[in-house]
Amino acid sequence: MFCVPQMSQLSITNLRVSIGEQEIIRGLSLAIPKGEVHAIMGPNGSGKSTLAKVLAGHPDYKVTSGEILMDGENIMELAPDERARKGLFLAFQYPSEIPGVTIANFLRAAVQARMPEGEELEATDYYARLYEKMDLLEMDRSFTSRSVNEGFSGGEKKRNEILQLAMLEPKYAVLDETDSGLDIDALKVVAHGVNVMRGPGRGILVITHYQRLLDYIIPDHVHVMVQGRIVRSGGKELALELEEKGYESYEEVKTTAREPALA
Amino acid sequence: MTNHTAVLDEVMEPGTPQEYSEPAILSGPSEARAAGLPAWFREQQSAAWAKFESLPFPNRKDQPWRFSNVNALDLSPFVHSTRLSEKEREEILDLSTGLKEVAGRLIFADDQLLRRDPLPEKLLKSGVILKPLERAIIEHEDLFRRHFMAQPAALGSAKFAALHEAFVTSGTFVYVPRGVEVELPIEIFHWLHGENASVFPHTLLIADELSKVTVLEHFRSAHPNRAGFACGVNDLVVGRGAKVNYICAQNWNEKTLAIQINATTAARESSALSLNVHLGGNYSRFESLSRLIGEGARSDLLAVSVAHGAQEFDARTLQDHASPHTTSDLLYKNALTDSAKSTFGGLIRVEPHAHFTDAYQTVRNLLLSDDAEANSMPGLEILADNVKCSHGATSGQLSEDEMFYLLSRGIPAAIAKQLLVAGFLNEVVDRLSHPAITDLIHGLIEAKFQLRSRE
Repeated sequence: MFCVPQMSQLSITNLRVSIGEQEIIRGLSLAIPKGEVHAIMGPNGSGKSTLAKVLAGHPDYKVTSGEILMDGENIMELAPDERARKGLFLAFQYPSEIPGVTIANFLRAAVQARMPEGEELEATDYYARLYEKMDLLEMDRSFTSRSVNEGFSGGEKKRNEILQLAMLEPKYAVLDETDSGLDIDALKVVAHGVNVMRGPGRGILVITHYQRLLDYIIPDHVHVMVQGRIVRSGGKELALELEEKGYESYEEVKTTAREPALA
Repeated sequence: MTNHTAVLDEVMEPGTPQEYSEPAILSGPSEARAAGLPAWFREQQSAAWAKFESLPFPNRKDQPWRFSNVNALDLSPFVHSTRLSEKEREEILDLSTGLKEVAGRLIFADDQLLRRDPLPEKLLKSGVILKPLERAIIEHEDLFRRHFMAQPAALGSAKFAALHEAFVTSGTFVYVPRGVEVELPIEIFHWLHGENASVFPHTLLIADELSKVTVLEHFRSAHPNRAGFACGVNDLVVGRGAKVNYICAQNWNEKTLAIQINATTAARESSALSLNVHLGGNYSRFESLSRLIGEGARSDLLAVSVAHGAQEFDARTLQDHASPHTTSDLLYKNALTDSAKSTFGGLIRVEPHAHFTDAYQTVRNLLLSDDAEANSMPGLEILADNVKCSHGATSGQLSEDEMFYLLSRGIPAAIAKQLLVAGFLNEVVDRLSHPAITDLIHGLIEAKFQLRSRE
């Protein structure tokens, strides 16, 4: 990662995060250059979802040290909506249900927020683009008038997350457990939606517990996260190894080297 | 698109202001205003005035006025309205924008009829009546007498109902005969115009057996800063198997004292839905009585309010089940910010023989500031067996998770908040399956948010 210029990567350095008294991320460093797909795998409770939320700026978590740079700019002091407008996107593991707000209105507000002040979104163009992306994700057009995620199945919620990814075209996307709750058909559709978004202008971080998703979204790099730290990094074959051997060997690592020197 | 020529024959010609001055309403009935109404009606009005004078002023110790700011009910500043000039009438007509397509339309300002877009020939031939009240009193005396204020105001405002009856001079009379369906809505505008003016809007809707009709009523102020007083009554008489939608878009300015009294009676197998949108007024009280008098009748009572500044919305309701197998479903939502206040007092009453009743009452308050206040007093009085009743009132803040979700999409906090509040209210508004009207209401709610963000 040293050869990638700071200007085109999302880089996390020595990040430490607490919620209340408990430290959840304990000195994590990671860089996701544009054009690459990275996967973080790890057991439950390793801090994967916390990392995703901290990147997006969730107010419940306290960053005690470290930094997060997006294309060289420190985003730690930015509000969640500012981070998003600068090009960061989080696909939620558990997307919120927003009663009374239709997908069409919700996405229009999000797209409008990215336009220069005083400029109005053109409705015809907007809908043309929205329908194109929905077709890609095999979503029925009637979804546009449904309330965001309300009464959606697990698969519908995840498709809706990827629809937003497709509409907002972020520079960096973090996908938190996007495979959970999906049957194999839905998984393929969602993975296709993500693969279409791969490209030189975009860095993608896929967070997952299981290797299954990585059969469809083939990562360039795989990282193992245990107890709030990246304990091993490798190529896509690492995912297969984890599937076979599980995380136990890494759990041992964490007990023997509980507090490494991170000076 | 219906585009009928306005009928001006019964519209009062604009008079000269010196024709009568502006006596305070508390000094009594205005002879000039009542001129032209039949003698029997004027006698009834005199009796109503005597009743108004004899009834005590509301007191906070009375249960129907608990939590209410009764000091807001000072009527002494308000005067009988004067006639509008030609120029004023034109200005108000220009401001009267609502639905694109209507079956008929009446526009009133300071209780004077400015314009009437009559019903299409086909509906007139089938016997549908849409007339100013003062004509209906004479031309449909029997119907009028049978239904005019036939239900007593039982929810606290008997005094104001008497005042209304004493001073009402105009309004809308709608009659839909048996089996006739009026597809497009009937639209009514009531404007407040003069300084300290008072209006007494009246709407009497009679839907005969198996008929169908939708009425949308707008309450608006021509000037943003003139104080005013509105004391209105709307009565819906829903015949056997008939289906009535009534929508009230209350958007008076914020210097208006507003009292609106509704009575709905639903006969066998009929269905009444009322949606009351309360946005304006400094103190706005709404009393709604829904009487289910025939087997299988259904009533949906829906209301939303958006309150800011020091606005106060005060709602009192009674779902009165007087027949078996009847259903009522009340859903009221208030979104409150600044030091705004809402009060809800509602009762479900199931009378002794009204078995197999389904009655629901749900009140949700969204508190957007620390100083906002919401009071809820739901109630049940069940005297029959085999009933399904539920009531619940909750108050809460915006969900932080929902907020974060919107922010994470780049939506700025202020807009995210607006979307969530609108979403909260839409759950009520969207119960009305009439896209043109729901669009209009969404627009009014959005405009109220804009008003706020400009402050």
